[in-house]
Amino acid sequence: MSVFILRRLLQSVLVIVAMAMIVFFGVHLVGDPVYMFITPDMDQQDIENVTRALGLDRPIWEQFWLFIVNALSGNLGQSFIFGEPALGLIIQRMPATLELAFAALLMAIVIGIPLGLYAGLYPDSVGAKTIMAGSILGFSLPTFWVGIMMIMVFAVMLGWLPSTGRGSTVDVFGIRVSFLTLDGLRHLALPALNLALLKISLVIRLTRAGAREAMLQDYIKFARAKGLSRSRIVGVHLMKNILIPVVTVLGLEFGSLIAFSVVTETIFAWPGMGKLLIESIQQLDRPIIVAYLMMIVFLFVVINLVVDILYSILDPRVRLGDRGQ
Amino acid sequence: MASTETPIAGIAAPRRADTPFRRFLSDFTDSRLAVLAAIGLAIVILAALLAPWISPQNPYDLAVVSVFDARLPPGSQSMDGVTFWLGTDGSGRDLLSAILYGLRISLSVGVASAAIALTIGMIVGLVAAYAGGRTEGVIMRIVDIQLSLPAVLIALILLAILGKGIDKIIIALVIAQWAYYARTVRASALVERRREYVEAAACLGLSHARIVFRHILPNCIAPLIVVGTVQTAHAIALEATLSFLGVGLPQTEPSLGLLIANGFDYMLSGKYWISVFPGVALLITIVTINIVGDQLRDALNPRLQK
Amino acid sequence: MKSARTPLARALMGAACAIVAFATPAAAEDLVIGLDSESTSIDPHFHNLGPNNQLGFMMFDRLANPDERQNFQPGLAVSWKPVDSTTWEFKLREGVKFHDGTDFNADDVICTFERAPSVPNSPASFDTYIKGKTFIKIDDYTIHVKTAEPYPVMVNDLGNVAIISNEGGCQGTTEEFNSGKAAAGTGPFKFVEYVPGDRIVLAANEDYWGGKPIWDKVTLKPIKSAPSRVAALLAGDVDVINGVPTTDIETLKSRDNVVLSQGVSNRVIYLHLDHFREASPFVKANGGGDIKNPLMDVKVRKALSKAISRELIRDRVMEGQAIPAGQLLPEGFFGVSENLKAEPYDLEGAKALLAEAGLPDGFELTIHAPNNRYLNDAKIAEAIAQMLTRAGIKTQVETMPSSVYFTRASTGADGLPEFSLILVGWGAGSGEASSPLRALIATADKDKGMGSANRGRYSNPEVDRLIEAALSEVDDEKRAGLLAEATEIAIGELAIVPIHYQVNTWATRKGLNYIPRTDEYTVAYGVLKD
Repeated sequence: MSVFILRRLLQSVLVIVAMAMIVFFGVHLVGDPVYMFITPDMDQQDIENVTRALGLDRPIWEQFWLFIVNALSGNLGQSFIFGEPALGLIIQRMPATLELAFAALLMAIVIGIPLGLYAGLYPDSVGAKTIMAGSILGFSLPTFWVGIMMIMVFAVMLGWLPSTGRGSTVDVFGIRVSFLTLDGLRHLALPALNLALLKISLVIRLTRAGAREAMLQDYIKFARAKGLSRSRIVGVHLMKNILIPVVTVLGLEFGSLIAFSVVTETIFAWPGMGKLLIESIQQLDRPIIVAYLMMIVFLFVVINLVVDILYSILDPRVRLGDRGQ
Repeated sequence: MASTETPIAGIAAPRRADTPFRRFLSDFTDSRLAVLAAIGLAIVILAALLAPWISPQNPYDLAVVSVFDARLPPGSQSMDGVTFWLGTDGSGRDLLSAILYGLRISLSVGVASAAIALTIGMIVGLVAAYAGGRTEGVIMRIVDIQLSLPAVLIALILLAILGKGIDKIIIALVIAQWAYYARTVRASALVERRREYVEAAACLGLSHARIVFRHILPNCIAPLIVVGTVQTAHAIALEATLSFLGVGLPQTEPSLGLLIANGFDYMLSGKYWISVFPGVALLITIVTINIVGDQLRDALNPRLQK
Repeated sequence: MKSARTPLARALMGAACAIVAFATPAAAEDLVIGLDSESTSIDPHFHNLGPNNQLGFMMFDRLANPDERQNFQPGLAVSWKPVDSTTWEFKLREGVKFHDGTDFNADDVICTFERAPSVPNSPASFDTYIKGKTFIKIDDYTIHVKTAEPYPVMVNDLGNVAIISNEGGCQGTTEEFNSGKAAAGTGPFKFVEYVPGDRIVLAANEDYWGGKPIWDKVTLKPIKSAPSRVAALLAGDVDVINGVPTTDIETLKSRDNVVLSQGVSNRVIYLHLDHFREASPFVKANGGGDIKNPLMDVKVRKALSKAISRELIRDRVMEGQAIPAGQLLPEGFFGVSENLKAEPYDLEGAKALLAEAGLPDGFELTIHAPNNRYLNDAKIAEAIAQMLTRAGIKTQVETMPSSVYFTRASTGADGLPEFSLILVGWGAGSGEASSPLRALIATADKDKGMGSANRGRYSNPEVDRLIEAALSEVDDEKRAGLLAEATEIAIGELAIVPIHYQVNTWATRKGLNYIPRTDEYTVAYGVLKD
């Protein structure tokens, strides 16, 4: 048991170190950031001073070594552009991204499950066919294109909702959230829907498939035979069976919501960490790019590790499987 | 559904030689929508292939394109009397030609990256399934890690490092997607590997390569086709998104995604055609591929044929 | 055309409703500005960068404050004059208080110039303006600045540096500025809130020495995507936007709920050509063979310039938002030549010159350009390539993001500029001709600090002599003459090929207007009510 955990732990550390190397050296292949920062009035001497001040004149191995040493004490470097710790800047913007992602998740469930249920219960109806066609569209429409269209229609043409930004926020335990004010909710609506679209389609499909399969199962037939009302069968017995896969898949998809928020945040000027990443890529703010990726990798690795360990505790076969058949 | 024969696993030797394909065909044509989508997709592919011959203009030839014709609405005439049926873009390119050429780029990026990723993923998946043990453990660990990272993020970072260009975006898409194929192939290969006929083949002393490629691989083809179709559509959409974010393809030979991104600047000024027409072309491409992929899954999935 | 107008009409109505619906009663004196860029710090000395300096203009004063034409007006100094050939005297304004209530005097100036060049981790420090100068406090309201050589452009340099308080700001770290703790200035607006990536909120400084500002509260919102910015204005989310994309100007003009303000900037868009390599990497003979770099021949450069129709670029690429350029700075700036005009389009003349240069069939060339740095940069490069191709110089275009472009264009080929023909822009921060002459035209020389952006490596000793003479000439009239002369020689030899001066556009909601600035900055005190 402990051997298994130890081995997994070792693997995780290996992954993190490997990713750190790939990301760090990769990012250093692109351009010379100094040219992104300087102002026209600076002469060659000033440019060299900046290079030295930012430590960019040192050999790359030395820079990497410094990075690793600092990283071990939790410091992932200082942003070139903001002059503040990169990790701090990312964490500062994380609540905005998480709020957007959770709002999208909620929308996916609230909109997706009823539609999927309908499509599953009445598969041959016109409504179901429309829903399924819509879900294919939802899968196919590129997020950025839908975002543009939403701004055009809802913000500019109809003037119902604000086009960009986060609106007013309220501090809850020191974290800024916008869903508690009307203005904040209005700002949240479009970007969250934009981000949710793909997941709504996914939930519709999962729910429909689940409903169709479950309706043929014995326990539903049995419940029917027992004379339970249709609403009770659907609302209690069916839902229980559908919710498990839907929630599991959505949990797994949460990471991709965070990733796709890069696109949504860029279009809607939502001040989250995705927008920060894109801007840092454009401006070659290397420490932020590296810190963002390290954080993501770290998160995923830790989640995987925890899941693996939990599985191994719950199911001894996994440990055996790990040793090979 | 259409077929009354019960397919029995492992005994894949029906009397009529063309039966599996016929059965597949009749399953596929079961949905009128899918047939329509397949026809649409065929037209899209044909248009992309024939772009140099059917386009009114070569949009990359700077001796032909002139800013003088920039942003003309659909149906306008150029100074040389050529009609721009879908209007022109900000650089004076005929939009119809730009879309046809852009379609060519989008499709080739999608197909090329899917094909390469499929090949790599297939080999890796087969090796993992056949070798088993530690090799399998390490490979599948890498696959798991890769799959837990969202593709768009991987591609974004890779392109930030690699720079712009068709070759670079293909590399980025391959790296972002190969793991899907590896997982698919391994899953089906694992099932096959345990079958008696593989054991029998091994007893006969056939070489590993022969067993893998002649016996195991053919049984993994169906799921690979399905995943491949969906992933091609995915790759096309991903390329458009990346180009929109400004890290994909170079400005001068725009894909559909880049045409939309360029047209985005003109949306509010009423010059809708620069962004909308390429958007429609992209949409048709992705939707038809997805519908075809959907139906392929239903038609090839033996479990649903009950 | 009808279909194009309908959505507009609807958008117009929508926007009008939006303004009515969202205008809160007390919001009359509030101003929300949507900006195309984001200030990266409240610390005015952290990064010498446009968006940060622009914010600094609102919160801080300089000894002399540049007005909208970049002429220096008395700021925290009421007057300045040279007392001998190497010393400038600045008389300081009395009775000024910082936002935190402390008094302004010479100690604040001295500590400002000590701190500004040495902020830790600064990606571009203000040392550029401060090095080589010694600051001496004479009394509480008099400062002397000494240099080794005569230094005529003193106020142009010092006018870039925001004055902070020696009680708070000078000891403050960049983080303390960002949190507002150290952010006290003397400017018309004071710090309220900074939410990185989302907004910066400022409030009026009631006691401003230049008079109380008309806006009680100013919110600066970064909205980098141009269409989103325009949409935000139309939807009533913001009152003012900068960087109106040229594509939207025509339609915005036709709306009666939007007011446009336009003004020429100090930025020239130009081509740098490879003057120094016999075998230039992106120049090829027809068919791809090697060829002796024809760009070294002044006739070929002239042909290139004649082949470009600056009017067509202005009309079709820039939608009128440019002025064809014949030199380094537009008319009216200090040190420009009165004799230089934009090269007229002359295709036959260009072909004749090419033939004269022994290249009747032209050659092959690649133009490199950034695609996210200047207004329509990639499209301009494409248009130029089309025009050169028509003149027989078969031109390819390669564009890239500025993060990659500038490194390669400066030091991409073993420390030397990598490209053969590039599209670049130059904004004269000091507001006079010595800035582009020093950086773009003078022979590249690291020790002298000259030619730092001379990516074509043009070199003419006579021009160098004139520029150096101008830089130490204290007499304004003589200096202007020297600068104009240097410009005329350099442009006569096509050291660079000027294309146009950028025209910038701001849009405000009805009832407001913005005073355009040549330095391209957007400042709250430039927004006026009708």
